[in-house]
Amino acid sequence: MAIYYSNTHEYVKVEGNVGFIGISDYAQRALGNVVYVDMPEVDDEIEAGEDFGAIESVKAASDLIAPVSGTVVEINEALVDNPRLVNEDAMANWIIKVELSDETELDNLMDEAAYKTLCESEH
Amino acid sequence: MNHRYLPHTEDDVRLMLDSCGLESIEDLYSDVPEQLKFKGEYSLPSEMSEKEVRDFFDSLGEQNNKLVCFAGNGFYDHSAPAAVKSLIARSEFLTAYTPYQPEISQGTLQYIFEYQSLICRLTDMDVSNASMYDGCTATAEAMMMAVANSRKRKKVLVSATVHKKVIDVVKTYALYHGVEIVLIPEKDGVCDKAAFVTMVSADDVAGVIVALRNQYGVIEDYTGWAELCHTHKSLFITNCIAADLATIKTPGEWGADVAVGDAQSLGIPLSYGGPYLGFMAVKKPLMRKIPGRIVGATKDEQGRRVFVLTLQAREQHIRREKATSNICSNQGLMSLYVTIFTALNGVSGLQEMNRQGINGAHYLAEKLVATGKVKLTYPEEPYLNEFLLTTSMSASAIIDKALEEGILAGVALDDNHLLVAVTEKQTVSEMDKLVSVVSEL
Amino acid sequence: MNREFYSRLIFELSRKGRRGYKHPDNHLEDVKLDNNILRQSPLELPEVDEPTVVRHYNNMSNNNFGVDTGFYPLGSCTMKYNPKINEEISAHPSFENLHPDTPVKAVQGALKAYHTLQTYLAEVGGMSEFTLNPYAGAHGELTGLMVIRAYHFSRGDLKRTKVIVPDSAHGTNPASAAVAGLSIVEVKSRPDGTVDVEDLKPLLDDSVAAMMMTNPNTLGIFEKNIPEIAELVHASGALLYYDGANLNPMLGVARPGDMGFDVMHINLHKTFSTPHGGGGPGSGPVGVRKGLEQFLPNPRVVKLDDGTYGVINSDTALGSISSHLGNFAVQLRALSYILSLGKENIKHVGPLATLNANYVKDKLKDAYLLPIEGVCKHEFVFDGLIDKSTGVTTLNVAKRLLDYGYHAPTIYFPLLFHESLMIEPTETESLDTLDDFISVMHKIAEEAKENPEMVKSAPHNCPISHPDDTEAALHPIVNYTELTANKEQ
Repeated sequence: MAIYYSNTHEYVKVEGNVGFIGISDYAQRALGNVVYVDMPEVDDEIEAGEDFGAIESVKAASDLIAPVSGTVVEINEALVDNPRLVNEDAMANWIIKVELSDETELDNLMDEAAYKTLCESEH
Repeated sequence: MNHRYLPHTEDDVRLMLDSCGLESIEDLYSDVPEQLKFKGEYSLPSEMSEKEVRDFFDSLGEQNNKLVCFAGNGFYDHSAPAAVKSLIARSEFLTAYTPYQPEISQGTLQYIFEYQSLICRLTDMDVSNASMYDGCTATAEAMMMAVANSRKRKKVLVSATVHKKVIDVVKTYALYHGVEIVLIPEKDGVCDKAAFVTMVSADDVAGVIVALRNQYGVIEDYTGWAELCHTHKSLFITNCIAADLATIKTPGEWGADVAVGDAQSLGIPLSYGGPYLGFMAVKKPLMRKIPGRIVGATKDEQGRRVFVLTLQAREQHIRREKATSNICSNQGLMSLYVTIFTALNGVSGLQEMNRQGINGAHYLAEKLVATGKVKLTYPEEPYLNEFLLTTSMSASAIIDKALEEGILAGVALDDNHLLVAVTEKQTVSEMDKLVSVVSEL
Repeated sequence: MNREFYSRLIFELSRKGRRGYKHPDNHLEDVKLDNNILRQSPLELPEVDEPTVVRHYNNMSNNNFGVDTGFYPLGSCTMKYNPKINEEISAHPSFENLHPDTPVKAVQGALKAYHTLQTYLAEVGGMSEFTLNPYAGAHGELTGLMVIRAYHFSRGDLKRTKVIVPDSAHGTNPASAAVAGLSIVEVKSRPDGTVDVEDLKPLLDDSVAAMMMTNPNTLGIFEKNIPEIAELVHASGALLYYDGANLNPMLGVARPGDMGFDVMHINLHKTFSTPHGGGGPGSGPVGVRKGLEQFLPNPRVVKLDDGTYGVINSDTALGSISSHLGNFAVQLRALSYILSLGKENIKHVGPLATLNANYVKDKLKDAYLLPIEGVCKHEFVFDGLIDKSTGVTTLNVAKRLLDYGYHAPTIYFPLLFHESLMIEPTETESLDTLDDFISVMHKIAEEAKENPEMVKSAPHNCPISHPDDTEAALHPIVNYTELTANKEQ
């Protein structure tokens, strides 16, 4: 399963033409205690570079920016009752599952190594 | 430099300048370009003593007529209990800043929590914010919230029977914010339901704004409106007068998603237009979309129940570039007015106050109609303490004549329509006096 | 005080059958209304007697800190003394009982008060006319931006949709722009916090509606290049907006209108001494230079040829942004303040506020890190303690101040520094107060070295300590009904 990152700290884990989108471990640490995840609805269309929801901690809130375009096929219901799962394991606790509409968009994203460099430079 | 608000003596100033290594006060502004400096003296009056200030306002006050008030139009002449006025003046409430430091602001935070609780109960809604500027801007905020909530839709329907002032402000905000406002036409003093059904069925509407008590004093029937809005994925937004909700069917009962309006009717003096208080309450799913501050209960490290500003990240988030509200205060002190007024009254007090207004208005309407000079514009429609009259004489002529008798007869909506309101404050003999003014015209 | 007994909510004091107020009875026949419009759902409000209510709220007020309690070194908030005569005037029965729809001939006194204050603010701001209708500073910003858009619309210029703001601007600026349908472009600051004119130049084109600035800026530094900035902005066809949040140090010194600003707002609850009321009501009058008056919101108060005052509504106005003429009772307070000071004293307000700020800054810079040297205006920013080795943060210092009976400064704003601690002592603070505050700040710096854990766990002497913000946001309990439901679980 290949993992790609955006420069706004979302990841997409790709399995066939399905992507699991969440926020990176670096992002969850920067946010602190997550208290709410605002998610789209199943069947919503999302577009790369556009926001598809928001994530809130006690002190900050930020938009969730779609790393890829596609159709939402599932949202992570567990986050509704327990948003702190994102803090516990950001990579395992994806936010939405999408059917990718354009796999070439993945070429615009970073791999693990490039993303690591970005995080270090931001620190 | 020797004034009661300025503690600095000449010696203090010298000492402080020396401490800063400066020669003179002018040195504090050496970075201000010479050509920008204001030379000379402001064209303002000279310093006044307290007595002179008081005399000045007394003399202005004499240029206002003392009137028996039958004007309403969204803002009503209720009496405020002495206890409200006394408590409001507590300087710990009055001179406090926004409660960002909960450790030393539990007073403010607790009364806001009580206020939110009261508003939720009056409106039958789940979540109230800590209050907004007035009923007009609160309705405009609801309009922008509806558009943000829909994500894609940019159109909001507003009943033509909503108070004109509210419509004006909503339209202004919409013009600049990029929202299309379409008025649902009125028919016989109420919003035209058939037109509403057609308009909302276009599936492009983010929200529908109606008034529970409309511009003409009529209490409208919204049976089935919320359901239809929800079928077409629109929010149902009701504008209302807070005190009414102790008596009439509530936003929650009508199935509204958002309740907004003005709470001036709960103890806030008329004060020639403000400060008043806008309220906004929503159903739970909209909790994180509601603009403005919210106070929540939590515990401190010793396990005590305490209150804090909460969901602040949401507030900060919606305040950024994609903001759908820029409100960053509330009407703190006015929410205390409303809270104490409501606490003193309880349900029975509010209903008693409403009943006096309702009984008085129906008595006065009947007497006025009996003069033969005016008639009820919408005789078939129910009303509370306010009603609209049609007159063949000029409405402003009635107002002018009554002014001579020390009476504010009402508000002229146009030249043939006079909106008249009664509260618990006006006596039967005052009503009879208005009737005699009209009958003599 | 018995804290436990008096910390209950008003709902918890309710007993069936108690009442706290009596309305008059007009003994008229009861009207029967149709059931369909009547409330059916149960309504439970507190049932309490008057003494219980009075004691409840009096005790509650004891858990609050206000300007009358002590010093607020709160940067950017201008927490000056709120004179008592203002309160008396604002509750004057000749104004308090006036209905806003009263015909103008019966409210000449009120209109004169409005018009007089409007004229005085125009004099102090160097503007042509003010509207007093906006209810708060943020509302004033929004109104001012609407004025600017209405102006561009009137020239048929529809493509101006951007607002330039400095990266150090108040957070409300971008939000006001967004609500007014404008998008934000940030202009960089130079190391001293002032606008980088070279960075500004390429941003100015025919898509820019306005530039918003404060002067002095958020760091308390006067923008010396303001004449050049004004010229550049005007040459591009845009207007220059003055955020009045920092007007106080300019009283008696310089006027925004003379600096080249076209539109401005004033916070009466900052510069003109009206109380903050725990968050409101404020008042945010908006002033414009000559030639822009017709865009001010409806209704407008005007002085007529016969010397009387009228209220007008016009088609050229931006529309209306309030139910009537704004927070009138707040306006009365500001007018009372100006009259009390008079022209002889108002000119000392800015200089004394600035003197106070510089005095505190110079006395504390041996313990707190001053990133920008030199003379400041009404406020300044420290970047936390100089000694970072203790791990004591700006937040810790702020909370420890509460223990000593001072309000916290503004913290973590502006965003230009990691540990921003922003102090604004206004002109109404005496040398004695400032000296005590300075000694407390030094003491905290010492404590940070000697007992950092104690400072980090502050406050220790407040009515409450360390509320659980995370729990409050994770499981919000926002009214009494939820609170009781939560208890039962």
